[in-house]
Parts: sequence; structure tokens; C-alpha cells
Amino acid sequence: MLWDALTRPDLWASTLAMATPIALPALGGTFSERSGVVNIAMEGIMLIGAFFGVLFAYYTNSAWLGLVGALLMGAFISALFAYVTVNLGADQVIVGMGVNIFAAGLTAFLLNTIFGYGGTPRETPALPNLTIPGINHLPFVGPILGSQNVVVYLMLMLVIGSHYFLFHTNLGLRIRAVGENPQAADTAGLNVKGLRYLGVIIGGMLSSLGGVYLALGLLNSFEVNMSGGRGYIALAAMIFGKWTPFGSLGAALLFGFAMALSMALQGGGVSSNIIQMLPYALTILALTGLVGRSTAPAADGVPYNPHN
Amino acid sequence: MGKTIEGLLTPLVAIVIAVLIGAGVMLVTGHNPLTAYGALFTGAFGSAVDFSNTLASAVPLILSGLGVAIAFKAGLFNIGAEGQYWIGSMAAVWIGYSVSGLPPLLHISLAILVAMLAAGLWAGIVPGLAKAMVGAHEVITTMMMSYIAIFLSHYMLENGPMMQPGFTPQSPVILPSATLGKLMERTQLSWGLAIAVGACLIVYWLLYKTTLGYRLRAVGLNARAANYAGINVPFHLVLALFISGMLAGLAGAVQMLGVQHRLYDSFSSGYGFTAIVVALLANNNPFGVILASIFFAALSTGGQSMQLVSGVPANLTDVISGIIIFLVASKDIGQIVQKRWRKSQTLAPVKEA
Amino acid sequence: MRTCLAVKDVTKSFPGVIANNQVNFDVREGEIHAILGENGAGKSTLVKVIYGLYKPDSGSIRLYDRELNFASPRQAIQAGIGMVHQHFMLIPALTVAENVVLGGEPGRIHYRRQENIELVRRLAKQYHLEIDPSAKVADLTVGLQQRVEILKVFYRKAKLLILDEPTAMLTPQEVEELILVMERLRSEGIPIIFISHKLDEVQRISDRVTVMRAGKTVNTVETKSTTPQELANAMVGREVVLHVSKPPQLPGEPVLEVDELVVSSGGSESVKRVSFQVRRGEIFGLAGIDGNGQSELVEAITGLRSCKSGSIHFLGRDITSLSVRRRTKAGIAYIPQDRQLVGLIVDFELTENFILRDFYKAPFARLGQMQKKPIEDYATRLSEEFDVRPRQIHALARNLSGGNQQKVILAREVARNPELLIAAQPTRGLDVGAIQFIHNKLLELRTAGKAILLVSLELDEIMSLSDRIGVVHDGRLMAILPSEQVTREQLGLLMTGVDLEREG
Repeated sequence: MLWDALTRPDLWASTLAMATPIALPALGGTFSERSGVVNIAMEGIMLIGAFFGVLFAYYTNSAWLGLVGALLMGAFISALFAYVTVNLGADQVIVGMGVNIFAAGLTAFLLNTIFGYGGTPRETPALPNLTIPGINHLPFVGPILGSQNVVVYLMLMLVIGSHYFLFHTNLGLRIRAVGENPQAADTAGLNVKGLRYLGVIIGGMLSSLGGVYLALGLLNSFEVNMSGGRGYIALAAMIFGKWTPFGSLGAALLFGFAMALSMALQGGGVSSNIIQMLPYALTILALTGLVGRSTAPAADGVPYNPHN
Repeated sequence: MGKTIEGLLTPLVAIVIAVLIGAGVMLVTGHNPLTAYGALFTGAFGSAVDFSNTLASAVPLILSGLGVAIAFKAGLFNIGAEGQYWIGSMAAVWIGYSVSGLPPLLHISLAILVAMLAAGLWAGIVPGLAKAMVGAHEVITTMMMSYIAIFLSHYMLENGPMMQPGFTPQSPVILPSATLGKLMERTQLSWGLAIAVGACLIVYWLLYKTTLGYRLRAVGLNARAANYAGINVPFHLVLALFISGMLAGLAGAVQMLGVQHRLYDSFSSGYGFTAIVVALLANNNPFGVILASIFFAALSTGGQSMQLVSGVPANLTDVISGIIIFLVASKDIGQIVQKRWRKSQTLAPVKEA
Repeated sequence: MRTCLAVKDVTKSFPGVIANNQVNFDVREGEIHAILGENGAGKSTLVKVIYGLYKPDSGSIRLYDRELNFASPRQAIQAGIGMVHQHFMLIPALTVAENVVLGGEPGRIHYRRQENIELVRRLAKQYHLEIDPSAKVADLTVGLQQRVEILKVFYRKAKLLILDEPTAMLTPQEVEELILVMERLRSEGIPIIFISHKLDEVQRISDRVTVMRAGKTVNTVETKSTTPQELANAMVGREVVLHVSKPPQLPGEPVLEVDELVVSSGGSESVKRVSFQVRRGEIFGLAGIDGNGQSELVEAITGLRSCKSGSIHFLGRDITSLSVRRRTKAGIAYIPQDRQLVGLIVDFELTENFILRDFYKAPFARLGQMQKKPIEDYATRLSEEFDVRPRQIHALARNLSGGNQQKVILAREVARNPELLIAAQPTRGLDVGAIQFIHNKLLELRTAGKAILLVSLELDEIMSLSDRIGVVHDGRLMAILPSEQVTREQLGLLMTGVDLEREG
């Protein structure tokens, strides 16, 4: 059964699809932490993106406008988060947790208030699946890369774009500088707070996009707590990937594989509950066994106070 | 005394602001905040029965809140209280229905002990050792263990070893000898309340009057200095998570033995995350935890009645919780700024240039 | 020579302290102007005001008749003011080239890696500050890192250079090289302000010197027409005894014996087969440039770090593998160099800090329970004996000044009546009063027959307090010399690894 599953392209196509809602927040986290702000609020921002994506999509009757709306909301919440942590210097982990709790409550509340108790409307438009001619017809690789939701392709492009941005542009250099030694960056004339805001907001928009993928890409609805812990798994992916875009993608693929595998093996004798534990257990292993201690950006998590 | 008042100010202000924001949301969505909050209050405290039920809801929050608070004191962020609660519940229920022939005191004690041990190990072994040995961040590890615990409980109940014969995914009822008696008839309030208050006193004594507490607090405030003081830091990190898990497990045990009497197949108890807000709101002070727990319990029991009476969805209370955390965390700054200002008043005239 | 920078009546205060009080001084083209003062005199604050890191409360700063009003360093840089900070503002994870161009990168979006490397190479050659532009800053020595700092300044086309304690971390050889660079710059007409608390440097390098004390400028003089004694007096405000006199003493038997100790950290050996002894009634001073293994050596002796090979004996007992707790119990006291990071828990009350090393035993704890009254009595007694201010035992340690915090640590360690006291940088960052107090205490212990291992970066302190001096360089103990016979030059040479015997 296992071999059967491994040799069919379905599993791998599924891997890529499952990896996307992990890769996107992991990418987002990378931006935030590279600028020096620890961000565990990905889970909450994904929910925000998912809910507001559905909300705007339904009311404008366009999935793309829904996506834009979700990105804006994600940016807004991130800006709030940035204000409290960068300007006021609050504990980044606690506030991040606050965002998660707040987002979970808010989205559930708004779901019931706006859409009632029957769930989001069935007519909500969804983001299209793309078929890339040419690739689509390749053996084995075809179904994997040739026919996925548009957000998956967006994700791949964003990974490449992020790598270029962080490591080959002046602005990327500045963001990394701020995350390593904000005081040095300040004396070099950089706007530490502004750059951190940038990192956090870009990060928030990417996480939001991850939520949009869940709500408008895979499905066309919002369910309470639909992110299901992916925001936290994304954190592990980011660490595993050593705070780089390609690393995050690689780690996300690994976790996506675990999720896809657990779905493929269901009904095969082992209880589905046990199999669903796999991704979470794998995350723990990734953090402890295989990764050891990887080095975060040096000033990650330390609020910058010039008069310190 | 001044410190206590100062300490209470932040949570109070946060609550007031959050309540006001909640009122604002209600107005925007076309509801009357006064009737809504009124219904909330009477629903929570209106009668002896309501009040008892509110207290009963507070019990698991007090215990898991204590767990999170003690972890915080040692510098650790235990967000897996939910999973530890489930482990404790499973263990307590299992002892409750499978062990017979014991007198109540023994049976209950055994169930509680096993629950606490199991939950303590759940937090102490994997997240604890991972943190102590490789520095793996406990936010992620405790969260992951939490999901695993929830799936484990589903596994146990859905045609699994703990399912009672029949078609409903639930466990057998615990034996009468394992049941915690009620403090008030026709309510959910059990002797669990006494256990919760007792736990509070014990945690306070532990943290501030014993050398163990001194060591945990030292590790939480400055691990390097603790090392210099001769304290074994990794060991105490594991111990802190272990104790934290034990308390969350106790929450589950008390809830099972005193209220539910069997394990149901549900996704979340809701206590895990609220416990974090409770601990933060109480500033990790054991007695503050009691007050904060009653507050959130009131939000929850009153919320049902608020929804019935005024149509405002009960999970507005979740929104209020989130806002409170946000405010408490940022209000922290108020305290830090105050401290800095006061410090500079006592500095020698010449500043280190 | 034209006046380049004119600072007039500048005042800058922070909550509770006036750091700069009506400061006046000026800098002329083509001169090296020193600002001399002790810790806390306000020198760093002054240059940070000039550089735009702080905004002055009142007064004016003019650069070539242009009134300056900087809101940030960015503007100061644009106006041509360049600053090399005492604690380098570099980013270790990035390369030299990246550090130099940061904030002023050529191009609009794309980072031009190769071009920038070439650019920095040329710049380095121009100013005789040879360096590899693609090296990671983290891999460079301190002297080379300083070059990167200076290159940063010239990349921005600075017309005025400010150096804050530039020689603090350098070997004597690197200091020579820096002086050459400074003289070359002076000959090109670039004025240099440098801050120092080292009299001999100021005498040697500067054209004029401005002395600051307690936030005020005392006076500005031509360096050639003054003497070190005059400068020292101006710095401190009273007749200063430049050397502490110690009573002669006959040391006893060895208390601490370190034998062929090897300690590794981060993959390499930071302590290489070091052997020495500390005897009763003597102060053994360990001198050396920061980062040559002293910290690791001390950590190994106190038990905070394990050693690879070799042995440590204390009072005849082998303690090489004992835990920190055990060594403390055996009679070793330790004042760590990072007082706030290691020596104290700043969010604990003073009571809790006084018992930091002994909290678990009687009378402070019985059967695991803390005993309030004995702890409070102990704290009160020690606060009085060591003059800790403010005298509030329940105050949080973070509310005390640096000097008082150090007194708490000193009191704690000394009150335990140890046989061996290890003091690492005990007077760093403290004012003169606190320094004298601590020096006196150390001498008291010495008279009482205790053994003291003193580790310090201040040669004056080592030379005046120690009976014997050991010099550490690159993890090796270069020599052990009696303090009366050794000169600063000899110590300086040893600190850079020159073997005196071979040099002859």
C-alpha cells in the first residue's frame, strides 16, 4: 500500500499542495525574523487571511478581490503587531500569542455574526486551478507541477523572489542588517523601526496569503480554526530552513509530504487519528533531532531601544 | 502594598478597555451593549446556581492557569496546556472506570495522581528535555504535543481502547467511588474548587517560600546568573515544564471526576488557550489567577445567556480575551517605562558616559 | 588654522542626570584634539550629541559656520562627520564590503556584489588600511575590525573624524598602526577628535586636549605645555595619587594550583597548557588584552566551564571536575566580569541577591524552606558594612547604580570568608570613589592572608595592586613577573606575544 502510494504522482502533487499553506507563513516568518522580530502570530494571521478572503470574495463576487482584501487585512494586523512590539517594545512572543487568540475569536465571532450559523455561503467564488500546457503532459511530473491551484504557483514565484530580495538587493541587505545588529544599522543611518515594520508587514501578507489558499484555493469556505496548527508548523519549517526562503520551502515540502502521506494511508488499517499525528511528531523531531541548534539572526527577538 | 496595587492596575485597565471595545463591536453589529452585558452578568452571577456554575467553570482555568503561570515564572512558555489537560483527563477517566474495589478517597487520589504524573511527563519529557538539551523552543514543541494528545484521545474513543461498548464515541462512566462530590446540588460545582484553591496556596508557597521556588524564579529571570549560583539550569527547565503539565493534567482530572464523569470525543475544551490569558492577566501571581479565572469563567457562562437574550454570539468573549492579551502585553511597557523612570531617580549624579 | 567645529554651551540631560553641562570646545583643521575624562565625565555623550544620536537640550554646534541640528546620524554622516565607536557598530554575520557600504549602497535596487568588493578594496588601499573585502567581519581580529569601522567613515567622505576610546581593545602593535593612520590623516588636513581616559596616549598623540569632569569642560590646553599630573588633577578635581601603595607582605603556601590547563571553546583551544599558583596573602594579577583566554581560564577555575585536560587544585584538593556549587562550598569566591548578566539577578531584591550563592543552606533555608528573618538580617548587615546605597534591602537590584551593584556582589563574595577570591574586571565602569573602595577591600583581604586572583584590562590597576603579574596572550601564560620589577613596556610586549627571554 505504501509503495503503491509513493509511486503515484497523486501523492507528490498532494505534497506540493499541502506544503503551500506551510511554506507561505514560513516565508512570512523568515521576513519578520530576518528583520529581528520574532513572530509566532502566523497562525492567527492565516485565519484572518482566510476569513477576510472569503468575506471580500463573497461580497465582491471576485476571488481575486478577496485575495487583495485578505492581504490588506493581514498587513493591517501585522502593522498593529509591529507597533506594539517595535515601537512599544512589548514581549514579541506574548503579543504574537495574543494575536493568535484574538484572531481565532474574532474570525469565529464574525463568522457567526455575518454569515449566521450555517457556514459561509456556497456561492463564494474560489481561486482557479491552473493548468500549464506543456508541463501538464510530462510523465509523472505533469500532474505534480502542471496542474495546481494558482496560489501554489504564486508561492513558488514568491520563494524565488524572496531569495533574490533578501540576498541580492540593497533593501534586503538593510533588512538583514537590522535583524543582526540594530544599533550598528542605526549608526549607519538606517531606519531601524521602518525596516522592521517592513519585514513584519511583508511577513503578515505572506501568512495571510497562506490562509487565503486554504479558504479560497483548496476550498471556497471558511471554517473555525481552519489553519489547524499550520502556523506553528510553519515556525518549525522556518527554523529547519535556517531562515532562508529556499530552506523554508524545503522544510515545508517535508511537512507537506507527511500530511499527504497521512491522507493517502487512511483506511489502510492504521487508525486515521494515529496517522494524523505524523506531521506534528515530525515537527518535533525536526526541532530536536535533525536540526540541533541553528542560528537565528543575532538580534532576533530583542526590542531595539536606542537609549539602552 | 504599592506593588500589588500597581500590579492590579494593568489588568484592570486592560479589562475595561477590552469591554469597551466589545461594546463598540456590539454597537456596530446592531446590538445593545447594555442588554448584552447585563445578560452576561446575570447569566454568570445572577443566582446561587449561576454563581456556582461560574465557579465550576473557573476551576479548570485556575488549575491550568497555575500551570502556565509557573512555567512563565521559570521563563518558559507552555502553550500546550490543552494537550496536557487531555492527557490528564484520559488517565483520570481510565483509572476511574477500570479500577474497582477501592474506597473513594483512595480511588480519587489514585486517579488524580496518575493523571498528574501522565500530564507532567507529557510536558516534561519531550518538550522539557528538548528545551534543556538542544534549546528547542517550547512554544512549538508543547503545541505539537497538544495536537498529538488530542488525536490520541480521538483514537482512544473512536473504536479505540477507551470506547464504551456501543456506537457513541465516549468512554464508560467512572465508578461512583471515583466521583468527586458536589458542593452545591444541581450545579456543576464540585470539591474540585477546594482542590483548585488548595493548589493555589501550594503553588504560592512553593514559588516564594521554598528554595525550589527560588531556583525556578532565578532560572526564569537570569539563567546565566542561576548557573553561577550553582543551580542546575537544564534540570530546572525540565522540572518547571513537568510541574506545569501536572497542574494542567490536574485540571483535566478534576473536570472528569467532578463534572463530566466520562470522556467525550470533542476537539477542544477551550481551557488551554484561555489559561494563557489567565496567567498573563494575573501577572503569574497565584492568587491573581483565581480572580482572572473567575472573570473568564463569567465571560463563558454568561456568554451563553448573552447569546440567548441579546443575540450576540458567545464567541465575542474570545475577541475580548484576545484584546485583553494584546493590551496586557503592551501595557507591560507602561510598567517598564515606570521602572526606568524610577531607576533614574536613584542614580548617582554622574551618568556612565 | 581654521576652526572646523565649534561646540558652545551644549547641555544634555537624561532623567535624573545632567550628562553635559554647558560644554564648550572647538576643533581646528588639521589637529588631533583629545577629550580626556574618567568614566562618567560625559565624553561619550558629547560626541553622540555631535553625531546626532542624541539631541541637545540647549546650546549650539557649528560646523564651518553652519549651525548643526541633527535629528539622526544619517544627517551627521551627510554633513561629513564620521564616528568610530568604542564598541564597534559592525555586523559580524556580514562581509567587510557589506558593512562598509551599508546605508549608502550604490545602485537603486540590485546589490552589486562584485562592484562593491572592488570599491572597498580600492578605498582600503587609498588609506593604507589593507583588508580583504569579502571576509566575514566575525572572522576578523579586533584591529582589523577597527579598520572596517574607519573605512566606513571614509566611504561616506568624512571631513571630521571622531574616535571613541579607539585603543581600548588593541594590542600595542595595533595601537602603533592606528597612530600612523591618524598622523597621516592629520597631514591631509582632516581634524580628529579622540576620546580617551589614558593619559599617556593623550600626551603622545594629541595637539590639544580638553578635559571633562562631571559633565563640564574643565579647560582646553596645548598638550605640549602641560604635564600628566596636571591633566590627572584636572580630570579628577583633586590631587590624585597615581599609584596605590601596598604594605609589603610575605606570601604563604599555595592556595590555588593550576597545572597544564587546557580549555577549548568553539572548536579551538582558548587556554593552552597554563600553569600558575596563587598563594596566601598575595594578589596575583592576570594581565592581557581582552579575548586572549582570561575569561575561559577563570570560568574553568570557577567551574562554569569544563576543561579539556590539566588539573586544578585548591587547598591541596583536586577540584578539576567539581561542580560550581561544590567549589563555592570549598571556599572559592568569584566576582564575575558581567555583573548584571551573571553576578546578579537584577529583578530579584537585594535580599535575594545577597544569598545568591548560599540560598540553600542554613540559616537561610531549613528543610527547603526560606527563612525570612535570617535572610533580612544578613542583607542589612552586609549593606551597612559595604555601604550599599540606597540602604533598602527589599529594593530590586536593577534600581541600584553600577557601583552599588558591584558592592553587593563584592559583599556577598567576601562575607563568605573565602580562601580564594577571583575578581574579574571588578572596577570596570565605576566611578573613582567606588574604585578606591574596592581596591581597599582587596588589599584588606590580602593583609588578612587570603589569596586573590585579579583579572583586569587596566594595566594601572594590575600593576598597583598585584604582587605578581602573569601575562596572557593567545591562551598561553607568557611570563610571571614580580610587580615591582616589571615595566609597562614589558607588559605591553608580553601581551602581544613577544617572548622577552628570546628578545634579550
